[in-house]
Amino acid sequence: MIWVVAALLVWLGGWRLNVVLSRSAMAQTRAVRLLVPAIFGLSVLIIWEALVRGLHVPEVILPPPSAIAGKIATNLPTLWEDLRQTFLKGALGGYAIGCSAAILTAILIDRSPFLQRGLLPVGNFVAALPVVGIAPILVMWFGFDWQSKAAVVVAMIYFPVLVNTVEGLRAADPMQRDLMATWSASYSQSLMKLRLPAAMPFIFNGLKIATTLALIGAIVAEFFGSPIRGMGFRISTEVGKLDLGMVWAEITVAALAGSAFYGVVAMVEKAVTFWHPSQRG
Amino acid sequence: MRSLGPVLTVLVAILAIWYVGAVLMNARWAEDQAQRAHKTLTTSELVIQTMEQKRPVLPAPHQVAVALWQGVFAVSPTSKRSLVYHGWVTLSATLLGFVFGTAAGVLLAVGMVYNRAMDMSVMPWAIASQTIPIVAIAPMIIVVLYSIGITGLIPKAIISAYLSFFPVVVGMVKGLRSPDAMQIDLLKTYNAGGVQTFWKLRMPSSMPYFFTSLKVAAAAALVGTIVGELPTGAVAGLGARLLSGSYYGQTIQIWAVLVVAAVLAAGLVMVIGGVQSVTLKRMGMER
Repeated sequence: MIWVVAALLVWLGGWRLNVVLSRSAMAQTRAVRLLVPAIFGLSVLIIWEALVRGLHVPEVILPPPSAIAGKIATNLPTLWEDLRQTFLKGALGGYAIGCSAAILTAILIDRSPFLQRGLLPVGNFVAALPVVGIAPILVMWFGFDWQSKAAVVVAMIYFPVLVNTVEGLRAADPMQRDLMATWSASYSQSLMKLRLPAAMPFIFNGLKIATTLALIGAIVAEFFGSPIRGMGFRISTEVGKLDLGMVWAEITVAALAGSAFYGVVAMVEKAVTFWHPSQRG
Repeated sequence: MRSLGPVLTVLVAILAIWYVGAVLMNARWAEDQAQRAHKTLTTSELVIQTMEQKRPVLPAPHQVAVALWQGVFAVSPTSKRSLVYHGWVTLSATLLGFVFGTAAGVLLAVGMVYNRAMDMSVMPWAIASQTIPIVAIAPMIIVVLYSIGITGLIPKAIISAYLSFFPVVVGMVKGLRSPDAMQIDLLKTYNAGGVQTFWKLRMPSSMPYFFTSLKVAAAAALVGTIVGELPTGAVAGLGARLLSGSYYGQTIQIWAVLVVAAVLAAGLVMVIGGVQSVTLKRMGMER
């Protein structure tokens, strides 16, 4: 009972603190903008811990955060091995292949409005489909190891990146193109110096969407068969053993890897498209 | 309609590449079979044999079409072999979760627009949640709920609700904030209260954002349901069919299931798009 009361108190206290902070004069400062969500996240963790203990929730239903942290601490080598297999090999490998293939295709079909008009609707259509379902087929074709996971990732991210790049290559406005023409710039000069840089905000939009898709693809593809390592493999086998602490540990690692991946791409974007209004604000 | 020709060209090209791929990838098996029977195949025989294998590496499009026809029209919709049956199992869970996830997302978004503390606390997490592979928790939800006796539709619906929740929150917060300061000031000069501002300004101007995030949410919900059907014990639904097809090497079955899943996803997005254009037209917001 004491735990439940404590949870309630933490909730009320954290909330009160956030209300005060968000109404205070410093609400717009960077520190407070980081502090408020941090307080919220921390109080959710404490309440989780307290409720699980107070209500005696069995560990096979919901392990407390402390147990998850313990699992992470004691299983670091396994987690690192899984991360390397799924994220560094499967997701990143597929991400590199898929994004470069999509951007190259977009540049290749750039001179053919006919192909663009044909590919854009098809690409938009495919981008909404549950492409991840192709995983069992690609696992049959490319084997259980990371190559098949990379193939799934390529299939998932190709069209979103392609569509965004094609749209981006149209972004330079006619005035700017005319200017390049008056300087008698060749096609490739105008592409390299005007249209590709102008397309960057769009390309990075596609690249950011692809980061999440890449991790999802690599993890879900492992549900269809994998060597005895990898995050998807570990999640499905540990769920079978009802070792939920380990499952949550893998999910935590996946969440951290996903956010870090997105963050890195967003940082590169910031460096590349520093000129764009959305980055200068 | 101007793009009909190009789109058809691209589709025909994809079909052609598919057929060529089927011939190339299935040729090995056909040649092995012929060698075992001490025969040599002419090219035309080889091509024909690559098109009619029972478990091809890559089924030819017409084989998939035949499997689809059999799965959809040739057996009664209640049979376990019917794709309509499995599609409905998946679709019903998706829709149930989608409706609940969307409703919860809209409610939270409204709360966040009117409560600063809520906004500052939750919004960064809602955005961060878009960058993490939430689908990974699907197997766990299924198994945990199974262990406390909840099976069938509900666990899958929870997953799809969870997946459709976050895109709706982020989209709706953006939409409800989209009226500019001038418009809000105008309503203030009319002496409009908070509720009136909401119904007459914020809600209408959020509609384009709402429908855009609905499309994202529907696609995510479908993926969530299919992944939720993968782990142990699922006997019905498109995900279960995918898994059994992959266990028994029934490639034609897998492709047929994929087509059904694609049709479902496209159907959901098209229905939402239809509602969107009707609604926006009635509201005079259509571009």
